[in-house]
Amino acid sequence: MKAALIAIALLFALPAGAVEPDEMLADPVLEQRAREISKNLRCLVCQNQSIDDSNAELARDLRILVRQRLVSGDTDEEVTQFVVARYGDFVLLKPPFKSTTYVLWFGPAVIFTLAAFTLVVLQRRRARVEAKPLSPAERRRLDSLLDDGLDP
Amino acid sequence: MIPEIGHYALILALFAALIQGTLPLAGAQRADAAWMALARPAAGIQFIFILTAFLALMHAYVTSDFSVLNVVNNSHSAKPLLYKISGVWGNHEGSMVLWMLILSLFGCAVALFGGNLPPTLRARVLAVQGLIGTGFLLFMLFTSNPFERVFPAPLDGNDLNPLLQDPGLAFHPPFLYLGYVGFSMAFSFAIAALIEGRVDAAWARWVRPWTLVAWCSLTLGIALGSWWAYYELGWGGWWFWDPVENASFMPWLAGTALLHSATVAEKRDALKSWTILLAIITFSLSLIGTFLVRSGVLTSVHTFAQDPTRGLFILGLLIIAIGGSLVLYALRAPAMKAGGLFAPISREGSLVLNNLLLMTAAATVFLGTLYPLVLDAVGGGTVSVGPPYFTATFVPLMVPMIVLMAIAPMLAWKRGDLAGAFTRLRLAAAVVVVIALGTWYLKSEGPVLAVLGLALAGWLFTGTLIEFSGRLKLFRIGMRESLRRAAHLPRATYGMTIAHAGIAIVVAGITASSAWQTEKIQVLRPGETVEVAGYIFTFEGTQELQGPNYTIERGTFQVSRDGAPIARLFPERRFYPVQGRQTTEAAIYTTWFADLYAVIGDADGEDGRVTRLYHNPLVPWIWVGAVVMAMGGAVSLSDRRHRVGAPARRRAAAASARA
Amino acid sequence: MPKRIAFIVPAVLFLVLAVTLWWGLGHDPSIVPSALIDKPAPAFKLPPLEEENPGLSEQDLEGQVSLVNVFASWCLPCRAEHPILMRLAEDDVTIFGLNYKDKPEDARNWLGRLGDPYSQIGVDLDGRVSIDWGIYGVPETFVVDSSGRIRYKHIGPMAPRDLEECIRPVIERLKEQGPGLETVELPASCQGSKG
Repeated sequence: MKAALIAIALLFALPAGAVEPDEMLADPVLEQRAREISKNLRCLVCQNQSIDDSNAELARDLRILVRQRLVSGDTDEEVTQFVVARYGDFVLLKPPFKSTTYVLWFGPAVIFTLAAFTLVVLQRRRARVEAKPLSPAERRRLDSLLDDGLDP
Repeated sequence: MIPEIGHYALILALFAALIQGTLPLAGAQRADAAWMALARPAAGIQFIFILTAFLALMHAYVTSDFSVLNVVNNSHSAKPLLYKISGVWGNHEGSMVLWMLILSLFGCAVALFGGNLPPTLRARVLAVQGLIGTGFLLFMLFTSNPFERVFPAPLDGNDLNPLLQDPGLAFHPPFLYLGYVGFSMAFSFAIAALIEGRVDAAWARWVRPWTLVAWCSLTLGIALGSWWAYYELGWGGWWFWDPVENASFMPWLAGTALLHSATVAEKRDALKSWTILLAIITFSLSLIGTFLVRSGVLTSVHTFAQDPTRGLFILGLLIIAIGGSLVLYALRAPAMKAGGLFAPISREGSLVLNNLLLMTAAATVFLGTLYPLVLDAVGGGTVSVGPPYFTATFVPLMVPMIVLMAIAPMLAWKRGDLAGAFTRLRLAAAVVVVIALGTWYLKSEGPVLAVLGLALAGWLFTGTLIEFSGRLKLFRIGMRESLRRAAHLPRATYGMTIAHAGIAIVVAGITASSAWQTEKIQVLRPGETVEVAGYIFTFEGTQELQGPNYTIERGTFQVSRDGAPIARLFPERRFYPVQGRQTTEAAIYTTWFADLYAVIGDADGEDGRVTRLYHNPLVPWIWVGAVVMAMGGAVSLSDRRHRVGAPARRRAAAASARA
Repeated sequence: MPKRIAFIVPAVLFLVLAVTLWWGLGHDPSIVPSALIDKPAPAFKLPPLEEENPGLSEQDLEGQVSLVNVFASWCLPCRAEHPILMRLAEDDVTIFGLNYKDKPEDARNWLGRLGDPYSQIGVDLDGRVSIDWGIYGVPETFVVDSSGRIRYKHIGPMAPRDLEECIRPVIERLKEQGPGLETVELPASCQGSKG
C-alpha cells in the first residue's frame, strides 16, 4: 500500500485548498470564470490534480496567468488554448474530442451496445431452440406460483 | 529474534500454501480423499503462520524495533500507539502481510465452515486459494520482505507520512483489503466450478455470502477513504477520479454486478457462465488495482524510486492468475448448460440490464484510467483523463440505473408486469415532480443536473419504500397481518431494501454537495466576520499548541446564525518535524443536512490569516448512505439461507423428513 | 461455433491489457512530451545575469544549432547534470542558459564555483517566459536548430547515456543536414520517440 498511500500523499501532500486570496480577482464574475477554467487544467508537476487544487508553484503561476489573460479580455476558450499551445493536450483534464480520443468518448456507448446486442442475440437463439410453449393450464399454474409476493 | 520468527513463519506459510494449492487439486482430480483432506489443515496452518508473521511485525512496530528496516522507514518512537499499529500496513511490505493475513483468514473460514460443501468442490476452492497465496508469498519473500534488518540500527525512525496518521486512514486499508481479498473467494469458487464443469443453484448460494462480506467491506473501505479525503485535504472535495481511487471503485462496480447476477443464478439457475465470468473479473480488477497502485505504471516513478522487479513480478502473477482463469473459462464455460428462460421484461431481464449498466460503468472507469497509458504505448501522444470525462460518461449510465432500481424489484421472476409496476410507482412519480419543482423554486441558480439528481434520489427512495410496503401488503390488509408478513420476510429482502435506500441517500448527498457548495476564501484578522450561506463566521485568532509528535496552530471560529451562536470551530495546521511536513485538519460542524467546514492557511505577515470557509449541503449523506448500504449488505448476510451450514441442515431435515 | 468465440473474447482482451501494462512498466509517466517540437522557439527577451553581458532573446537562437538549458542554483539535479554541460561546451556546442526563478546572486556564485558552460544566459525571475517554453520542472534541455526551431526536448537531468544516444546524434544530424531536416530519427530509449 505504500505506493498507494504515497501516491495519495503526492497528490494531496500540500495542505489546504490552493487558491490564495492575493491571487483572486476583484470581479466575482471574472474570478468565477477563472476558477472554472483552472478546474479543467491539469497541474503538470502533481500527477492528477487540477491547477485549482494544487499549491505547486507552477500551478500558482498558471492560475495567475489564467487571470491575467481573462483581465486582458480573452474568452474562456482562448485562455485554455493559450495554455494548451504551451503544454499540449496533456493539460486538459477533459480530453479533447479528436481522432486519438474517439475510443475514449465513444467507448462506453459502444461497449454497452455491443454487450446488449450480444445478449439479445444469444437470448433469442436460445429461446428459439429451447422454448416449448406451455399449455394454458401450465401457464396459469406457473403464473400463480410466480406471483407469490413473498418470494423476493 | 522475533523478526526472524516472522520471516520463518512466512517461509513456512509458503510451504503450507504450496501444499494447499497442489495436492488437494490433484486429489480432487484422482478422487483421492486423503489428498483432498489435506486442504483444510493446510489452510489452517497457513493462516496460523501468517498470523505469526503479522504479529511479529506488529511487535516490531509497537516496541519501535529500529533494527527492522520497515520500522525505520515508517515509524518513530514518539508516534501515538494507534499509528504504530496502523503503521504496520501503512507501507508496501507491511500491507502485503495484511493482504495475506486476510486471504488466509478467508481460506481458513472455508476450511472451518465449509463442512457442507461437496468434498471435491471444497478441495478445489481451497486449492485455488492456496495457489493465490503461494503467488503472493513468493512475491513478498523475493521482492518485499517486511523483516529485513538494518545494521547498525538507527536511534529513531523516519516516521510515518503524517497524512496517514489519521484515524480514518488507519482503518481504510483493512476494510479495503477485506473487500479486495474477499472477492478472491468468489474467484476460487468460480475456478473450482469451471474445473468441475458444473454450476448449480447451490453453488450460487455458497458464493453469495462471501461476495456480500467482501462487498460490504469494500463499500466501507471506499467510504472511509473518501471521508478522509474530505476532512483532510482541506477544501471539501471527496472524490477525485484518481487512478488510486478508481482501482478500488472498479472491483466495487463489478462486485455489485456479481451480487445481483449471483441472485439470478441462485433463484433461477440462469446467467451461470456470466456469473462465473463476473466472479473472475471482479477479483481480477482487485488484482489489477493492486498492480496499478504498486507498480508505478500510473503514478510517478520519478519522485519515489520503485523497484521495477516488483512490477514485473506482480504482472507475472496477474498473467498467471487472470490469464490462466480466462483461458480456463474460454475452454470450459461453453459446455455449461444454460439455465431457465425468461422474458425481457422480468426480474431476470432487469437484473441483466443492471449488470449491463454496472459493467459498462466499470469498463468506462477502466478505459478512463488506462487509456492514457494505451494511447502513449501505441505512440498516439499524451492525454489526461480527469473528473470532467468521468462525470460526462458516468452520469448517463447511472441515471437509467437508478430509474431501473426502483422498478426492477417490482417485476416478477420470469415474466414481469411493467405497466403494473408503473401503476404502483405513481406516488414515486409524484415525489419526483414535487422535488423537481421545489428544487427549481428554491435553488433556481443551480445546474439542471442537480434537479435531476435530487429527483432521482426521491424516485429511488420512494420506489424502494413502495416496493417494501407492497410486500407487507401495507394498508391493504390489517396492520397485524402486515406485521406478521414483515416478520416472515427473508432478511435478504430487508437487505436489498436498506441497500437501495442507502443508494438514494448517497445520490442526494453527491448531487447537493457538488451543486451547491458555498466557498469563501479570504484573509481574516481576529474579530472579523464572514457570511457563508447564511452563517456568520467570526475569526477569534490562532494559538500554538503541542501534540505528541507534532506542533499545532489552532484557529478559532465562532459560528452563529440569526444572532444565535451555533458552534465553535477549531481548524488546525500541524507540523510534523521528523518528516518536515505540514497537514491541515479541517474543523467540521455537521447539522446532518449540511457541513460547516473551516480551514486555516498561512499568516499574511501581519495578524491576518488566510481562511477557507465552506458550506457543504447534504455532504454527510454520502457517508451515511454508504454505511446504510453496507448495513443492507450485512442484514442480507444474516439471512438464514446464506448462513454457512444452512444447506446442510436443510438437507438433513429433508432426509429425516423422508425417513 | 460463434458462441465459443464470445467466450474467448475476455482472454484476448486481457492479453492486450497485459502487453500494455508490460510496456507501462518501462515507461515514466511523469515525462510529458513538449507541445513545441518542430515549432519556432517562442518570442521572448530576458535580461542577463551579469550586467555587462547581453541577455537572451529568440533572435540569439538563430544561426547555429544550440542547446537551451533551464537551470537554477537551488535545483539539485542541475548540479548532477552540470559536468555534462561543461563537457558539451568544451566540444564547441553552443549552450544558452535559462535561469529559472533563481536569485541572480546565487546563480552567479553557483556558476563561479562550478564553471559556466553557457554562451549567453537569460534570467527568468518570475518564470513567465519559461511557461511560454512549456517548462514544468528544472532542469529541462531543448535542442534548437539554426533556424530557431525547437527540435528535441529532454526532461530532467541528462545522464551520459542520454547525451551520447539522444542529444549528440540530434545535434550532429542537424549540423550536417541543416534546419531543412524533416524528421529526427531517435532510438527508442530517447524521450519523445515513438513506440
